[in-house]
Amino acid sequence: MDSVSRTVTALSVSNVTRNFGGLVAVDAMSFDLAENEVLGLIGPNGSGKTTMMNLISGALKPNAGEIRLYRDDITAAPANAIARLGIARTFQIVRMLPSLSVLENVAAGGVFGHDRRWGPALTNRAMDVLHQVGLDGSENNPVSTLTYIDQKRLELARALISDPRVLLLDEWLAGLNPTELQTGFALINELRAEGRTIIIVEHVMDAIRSLCDRCVVMNSGAKIAEGTPAEVLADAGVITAYLGDDDA
Amino acid sequence: MSEKEKRTLGIACVLIVLAALLPIVDQGYWLSIGVSIAMYTVLATSWALFSGPTNLISLASAAFFGVGMYVVAGGIDLMPYWILVLLAGLAGAILAALVGIATLRIAGVYFVIFTLGMAELVRQIVVWGQATLGTQAGLYVLTDFTEELIFWLLLGLAAIVFFIGWWVGRSRLGFALRIIGNDEMVAIHSGINTARAKVMLFVISSTFAAITGALVAPRWSYVEPTIAFSPFISFQVVIMALLGGVHRLWGPLVGVIPFTLLWEVINSNFPTQTTLLLGISFLLIVYFIPHGFVGLIEDMAARRKPGHG
Repeated sequence: MDSVSRTVTALSVSNVTRNFGGLVAVDAMSFDLAENEVLGLIGPNGSGKTTMMNLISGALKPNAGEIRLYRDDITAAPANAIARLGIARTFQIVRMLPSLSVLENVAAGGVFGHDRRWGPALTNRAMDVLHQVGLDGSENNPVSTLTYIDQKRLELARALISDPRVLLLDEWLAGLNPTELQTGFALINELRAEGRTIIIVEHVMDAIRSLCDRCVVMNSGAKIAEGTPAEVLADAGVITAYLGDDDA
Repeated sequence: MSEKEKRTLGIACVLIVLAALLPIVDQGYWLSIGVSIAMYTVLATSWALFSGPTNLISLASAAFFGVGMYVVAGGIDLMPYWILVLLAGLAGAILAALVGIATLRIAGVYFVIFTLGMAELVRQIVVWGQATLGTQAGLYVLTDFTEELIFWLLLGLAAIVFFIGWWVGRSRLGFALRIIGNDEMVAIHSGINTARAKVMLFVISSTFAAITGALVAPRWSYVEPTIAFSPFISFQVVIMALLGGVHRLWGPLVGVIPFTLLWEVINSNFPTQTTLLLGISFLLIVYFIPHGFVGLIEDMAARRKPGHG
């Protein structure tokens, strides 16, 4: 594709390493995320995907390497500053704010982040985002009344309300039943159609195939493959990483 | 919403005016109880401003209260009282900022112990300072302030605390603190500078405790470290706030009034067992009414209104 040369790089990760004591969780990872691209970050359990997400969102700091969001070097920036610069995330295990209403849970993402509002403008925006994720009508309920998929929707709404430049979805589809998965796919496809820039960490291979433009495969903290979903899922190294081989 | 707020404001003003009439009714016993209630209302309400949303239990009220008291006691011969009150607030704010920055990374029981230890440290520094300077154990605060003037000052301060609390509650800062109290990780990734928000509210809360100490100093007239920095003050503030309920601005007040009266009864009838009885009442409160009187009231209101949710 000749358009590739003209795309803008939204996020660039270069030679990022993170150790936990003697364990190298992320080992010299490099990849770029283009604007409007949906990138899948996949790999077997324990391969460092969530650590990579935590490094991008600033929850963890790399021991070496550099992470840039557009022109900004965010390698050493605190997580709240990174959120302000435009990276929003969901969590592997859903995190609700139990003493706040559904509306307030969404609003929480829209006051201090990338796009900031307050008062009626905030409420209106929160209602719009709730509508977008399909949670209309429940804005005044406590979050304890929400089903699992609705909690997932709410987390997505909280991330979307600040109109992030890069959205990180950490196993957002995990734990959904087949019907809910279809809803989830449809939602992410809508975001994709909007032109959002997204990194998806996922175990659900159908999601990777149908939602991602490109994939980065990690194993033992390092990148072992990169390309379209079809390419990487046919890659011998990737198959070995997931299924093991005879002399392993 | 605005109508409801106007009504609440109206009720609050009427209650404050009614409370201000207390010295006309009685100049002795009940006025002195009124002073205690006003003092603990300021301390418990301002304490709950920080500890309510963050769930960080501070046992440092006595440190700020004592610092405020000592600023007045130390400077009463040197400059006008009103300047000392402002200086006391400033000293409390600076101390709170230092403590806040030092405790940013600790939570839960570690924060509790740190604040308790900090209060003790400040007390020891004052004791050491007095010993080094060669003065006597305490300091005299001699003014011509009457009990009713002190009562009105404390009542005015209480009104300011309620106003600030109401303002914080509807501000971005208050919203940030509620998010932090629910889940600090979500708060950080929503762009909140959690450290700054927590320190700001801790400073606001502690400044009031210091000013309270400054206002109460003339009443005590003789100030010494064991009284001014008494850990009893810190514990009582926590118990009263929890008894009332920390998730509503008026919650602590609902705890302060019955507890001050109960404390009077305990103090006058069982003067040697006060600590024991304080401990027992603390256990009973935490065990039977974990969400305070406000929680009880709201539960009852919710039960009377079935079909919700």
